[in-house]
Amino acid sequence: MDLLGLISFGPGGWGNALAAGTWLTIRLALATLPFGLVLGLAIAQAKRSDNRLLRAFGNLYTTVFRGLPELLTIFIVYFGGQIALQKLVNLVVPGQTIEISGFVAGMIALGVVFSAYASEVLLGAFNGISRGQWEAAKALGLRPFPTLRLVILPQLIRLALPGLANLWLILLKDTSLVSVIALDDLLRMTGIAVRVTKEPFFFFGVACLIYLAMSMISSIGITAIERRVERGHRRAA
Amino acid sequence: MNWELLQNYGPRMLQGLMVTLQLVVIAISLGALLAVPIALGRMSKNRLVGGLAFAYVYAVRGTPLLAQTFLVYYGAGQFRPELQAVGLWWLFRDAFFCCALTFTLNTAAYQAEIYRGAILAVPRGQSEAAMSLGLKPRAIFRMVVVPQAVLLALRPLGNEIILMIKGSSVAAIVTVFDLMGVTRLAYSRSFDFQVYLWAAVLYLALVEIIRRVWDLIERRLTRHVRQH
Repeated sequence: MDLLGLISFGPGGWGNALAAGTWLTIRLALATLPFGLVLGLAIAQAKRSDNRLLRAFGNLYTTVFRGLPELLTIFIVYFGGQIALQKLVNLVVPGQTIEISGFVAGMIALGVVFSAYASEVLLGAFNGISRGQWEAAKALGLRPFPTLRLVILPQLIRLALPGLANLWLILLKDTSLVSVIALDDLLRMTGIAVRVTKEPFFFFGVACLIYLAMSMISSIGITAIERRVERGHRRAA
Repeated sequence: MNWELLQNYGPRMLQGLMVTLQLVVIAISLGALLAVPIALGRMSKNRLVGGLAFAYVYAVRGTPLLAQTFLVYYGAGQFRPELQAVGLWWLFRDAFFCCALTFTLNTAAYQAEIYRGAILAVPRGQSEAAMSLGLKPRAIFRMVVVPQAVLLALRPLGNEIILMIKGSSVAAIVTVFDLMGVTRLAYSRSFDFQVYLWAAVLYLALVEIIRRVWDLIERRLTRHVRQH
């Protein structure tokens, strides 16, 4: 049994397949992150709003998507999105069939879950910024949006980073769930390798190690970003 | 509302909900038992013990639950002769058992970190005061630190239970008929999207009930330390 040969990149080796799966996992996580962050920021704003309706919506959104299993959210977006889109298209062009891409469905589902958690992290960070910052910006004549972009966000990042970093690590692991909607991510490619080679323990072990490596590399990156946003903010010894 | 569908699959979905609950109760309680030695190992002064406990926690928390479940469920099949030799094959053949085992091992790592964090969060002054009263280290840990740490661990433990309820849905992928499994079956037979929405309502209700009950328990247990 030549196990190392099985993950080599040559003929008969599954190295290329696993690498392709890893690459899709990384792409999916990277594509979800900005989408989830922007959505999370919007939900956080809704929850901070003076409008009662918006606030209620923000809270409902958070309760629902933090309470649903990620797997169920993926199914609902994938199948439900397909049906909804189909009906919409049929209104315009009757008889036309349409298929939603697994990547987009996965991205939306994971992004929605990410944003529900991120909105709570961002809300906490918003509360950590003193009112004086807003007032000072107003005194300087800055309008609300430039205030947010130039004054609040740079401070917000520092406060929200530990929470968001945690969510990124969770997102990276949750990408494995998209393998159930026929998206060729790392776990699905591993599953294919297992079916052919009949070496489940070895291959799933390798997949776990690849996920672990991605987490470790992320942690290193997060530490570097943390150091960067902490610069200029000296801690009292 | 499709009443015929509800009549056909409603009771089975409730059965699935019970399977989900069983998985969660088994995993959380056995995981708690396993988490205690791991948490103690993490805090051990012995570098080998500390290193092993750290490696376990890091490996489990750094990999997806689904991959872990595949590793146990499909991986066990590869060791069939060995497992048969020790008479454990009948257990590992069963998807429910494999899921319960994987979830237990998974939550044990997360719970170990919760307990460790709670123990470290008890103010030093508490053990120093106990020491000055002449209590021995064991007694200090058992009678002073642990009772206070338990209260600190309640909130994160409640979160962990909810994460486990949600995470347990991956059991459906390895043929367990938990709530998600029954839902997938119902959808594959009826092609009626409603079933997913019913499952969503059931999961949300379960999570909300547990969250509220847990809140009540926490309020009751911490009533002597509340400020106001």
